[in-house]
Amino acid sequence: MDFAFLSSTMVTLIRAVPTTLVLFSLSILCGGILALGITALRVSGNPVLSGFAKAYIFVFRGSPLLIQMFLVFYGLGQFGVIRYSFLWPFLREPIVCAVLSLALCTAGYTAEIFRGGIRAVPAKEIEAARSVGMSGFLLVRRIIAPIAFRHALPAYSTEIVLMMKSTALASLVTVWEVTGVAQRLISQTYRTMEVFLCAALIYLVLNFIILQAMNLLEYSLSRHRRPFAPGLRA
Amino acid sequence: MAAWELLGLGAKGWGAFLLVAAVTTLAVTATALAIGAVAGAAIAAAKLSGSVILRVIGHVYTTVFRGVPELLIIYLIYFGGSSGLTAVGAWLGYDGFLGLPSFAAGALAVGIISGAYQAEVFRGAFHAIPRGELEAAMAIGMSRRLRLRRIIVPQVLRFAIPGLGNVWQLSLKDSALVSVTGLVELMRASQIASGSTRQYFLFYIVGGALYLILTSLSDRVFNTAERRANRSMSASTIGGA
Repeated sequence: MDFAFLSSTMVTLIRAVPTTLVLFSLSILCGGILALGITALRVSGNPVLSGFAKAYIFVFRGSPLLIQMFLVFYGLGQFGVIRYSFLWPFLREPIVCAVLSLALCTAGYTAEIFRGGIRAVPAKEIEAARSVGMSGFLLVRRIIAPIAFRHALPAYSTEIVLMMKSTALASLVTVWEVTGVAQRLISQTYRTMEVFLCAALIYLVLNFIILQAMNLLEYSLSRHRRPFAPGLRA
Repeated sequence: MAAWELLGLGAKGWGAFLLVAAVTTLAVTATALAIGAVAGAAIAAAKLSGSVILRVIGHVYTTVFRGVPELLIIYLIYFGGSSGLTAVGAWLGYDGFLGLPSFAAGALAVGIISGAYQAEVFRGAFHAIPRGELEAAMAIGMSRRLRLRRIIVPQVLRFAIPGLGNVWQLSLKDSALVSVTGLVELMRASQIASGSTRQYFLFYIVGGALYLILTSLSDRVFNTAERRANRSMSASTIGGA
């Protein structure tokens, strides 16, 4: 093992980690907000709105993210309406296209996860809330959303890890994040295994941190299920 | 040129090209699923075994190949496989670069990834076998091999069908990444067609639609398979499905 090469590779790759994190956090944030909207449409009860949400989920979950990303990156610029609009300075940037397609794609998966969470809310709790006069937004905010989110959390953690891996595709639309830099190093040095090990280590550490954070969140949201808070016992 | 002419099956159309590429996508995915089934079964067996070393190996395999981007694994197999092959060639007295064929590299890479997911599916399916059945088989004196063949494998396969359906869908979408090795599957074909006609939007929409057709058709196939496999079970024993 050539440790000098490994450490210089590691340093080069770590310089690309901020780009990966920006892609990841922006797409999770935008995708999460979009997913809330789609979930609301999906469970709205209106056949047109829920039909639209179903179609959205079908399209974005049924086709590969790469083709969606290329559609945004290469396809949108084909239209004069977009090229001459105020949006063009943004949509011309590869990183904006990457975040846009990552967010659109994860919204489809996340909406299904949120819907699963809502279905797990016991009907009795909703009836009880209604019987004390809660309705509309108050019912969602106090009863449905907290219970649904807790139920959706394990599946949502999996989705977030998948998104971290999906940011690698941004390298194919010329965003230099970790995988893109690793590919460049491989084609420059032909030392595939060493570069792979360094890049893999970075992703495994990032995913480990994400999973730990999600476990912590899950733990702190299930306080009512634990008999005593550990702090109170001592 | 009108869109229908570009997409037609004639000499000027790209329709036949895209359809052949869709078949290549299916072939890559099917090969990958087969490779993954072998790898997955071995890893599931390792994770379920009594040996600590085997369990650790299984755990490392599933953690690494589910935690690292698919694209990176494809680069590892494609570039790493080619340099490995060149090294073997040099040892045998051939000087020069030997490239791993892109179909083999792609199917192997997607297969290794799907193996990690299939291992978890098989492990879950094994745990779904009622313990009483295994004990009953032992009680009437079935040997290890006979138990595996008569009790474990048939039931694992049955319980694994829904999970395998999900893995197939994942692999179908991962196979789009094999386009980076230059293999002309559906993704690469859409890239070539859109690049040569400058109709990016049209061809990526059509490529995406073909993927949607593949995913929804395979969804049906797996649903039918699940129904057929569960013919002998009453609705209550399989959780009301």
